[in-house]
Amino acid sequence: MSVLAYGVAAWLLFVGLWGIVQSRNLVHLVICLAVVQAATYVLLVAIGYRAGAVAPVFAVRLGTVAVDPVVQALCLTDVVVGTTVTALLLALVVQIHKRTGSLDPDSLRDLGE
Amino acid sequence: MTRRTRLRLFLVSAAVLAVVVLAGFGELPAFGHPGATFGAVLNALSVPQRHITDVVTAVNFTYRGVDTLAEEFIFFAAVTAVVLLLAPGDDEHADHASDAATGRWVPQTSDAVRVLALALVGPTILFGLYIVAHGHLTPGGGFQGGVVLATGVLLVYLAGEYTHLHGLYPDTVVEGIELGGASAFVVIGLIGLAVGGTFLATWGPLGQVGQLNSAGNVPLLNVSVGAEIGAGFVLLLSAFLRQTIVLRRHPPANASGSA
Repeated sequence: MSVLAYGVAAWLLFVGLWGIVQSRNLVHLVICLAVVQAATYVLLVAIGYRAGAVAPVFAVRLGTVAVDPVVQALCLTDVVVGTTVTALLLALVVQIHKRTGSLDPDSLRDLGE
Repeated sequence: MTRRTRLRLFLVSAAVLAVVVLAGFGELPAFGHPGATFGAVLNALSVPQRHITDVVTAVNFTYRGVDTLAEEFIFFAAVTAVVLLLAPGDDEHADHASDAATGRWVPQTSDAVRVLALALVGPTILFGLYIVAHGHLTPGGGFQGGVVLATGVLLVYLAGEYTHLHGLYPDTVVEGIELGGASAFVVIGLIGLAVGGTFLATWGPLGQVGQLNSAGNVPLLNVSVGAEIGAGFVLLLSAFLRQTIVLRRHPPANASGSA
């Protein structure tokens, strides 16, 4: 159990990178980048976990042992940044499709000409 | 570069990266370790010092509020960039009556989708407001609630037509809300500077722990973030929908003659 969370983070990182390299569709590529970013969520939350602890919300049980709130706040930042990156890249994809009629990353090499 | 060369290059660099990542993971604290001191201190201080029961909100809006200001402006900049990227180009025009192949059967949105979407608009907006308002008490806050509020607007699009959505939420009004939310965060921070001596210092009555009207200025910060995020997502949706549904490229000048 102890290595599983870190293993999942590493798996998401590499499977996302694999998807980016193998991608034949720009929308798929953007989603693969989101998968890579998901690795950071898992890693952050895993680092903050404390054995037997509850969520850092004290509305019900004041004084219980809670997990690290700092990494959870970082995770929230991460989600916001991830969303904006995805939106920005998808906007670029829409324009690329409009200009070239293709979503294949390999067709992009002619853009500079 | 052929796909095969690229794949080989990736496998080599991925192997190197794997070594670095594994070495890094080796230095990490064991899963479920007793925890970092800073997190434990914040867990102990948040309720007595700030009257905030959701410590993640306490970190985001008081102890680490400046970072959240930057985060908010990352979002602001990204929304601006998307709207710019999807703006109508010189060679594009708005075309509302867009079906070129007239006479074919176009499937209508089913009544079930329309009724369900319309029925969900009210509860979704109410839920979004609840999430924004309770940010300092339970998991939630402006970021999460703002996205839920924007979902309510998307439901209006599902229940009706793009033109209805655009009529209900003119871009200028939504932009105003977004700008207002972003600036309100700065203003609330500056009031903290004037009253408490540091930017984003907590001010206002702390109230009773667990009550809606507690935690000083934090609910106000959540409302300002909720307004900005909600309006920002509506702008994003509206930009993508306009680009897909309304904007058409002009046909090439000498292609068909009449266009």
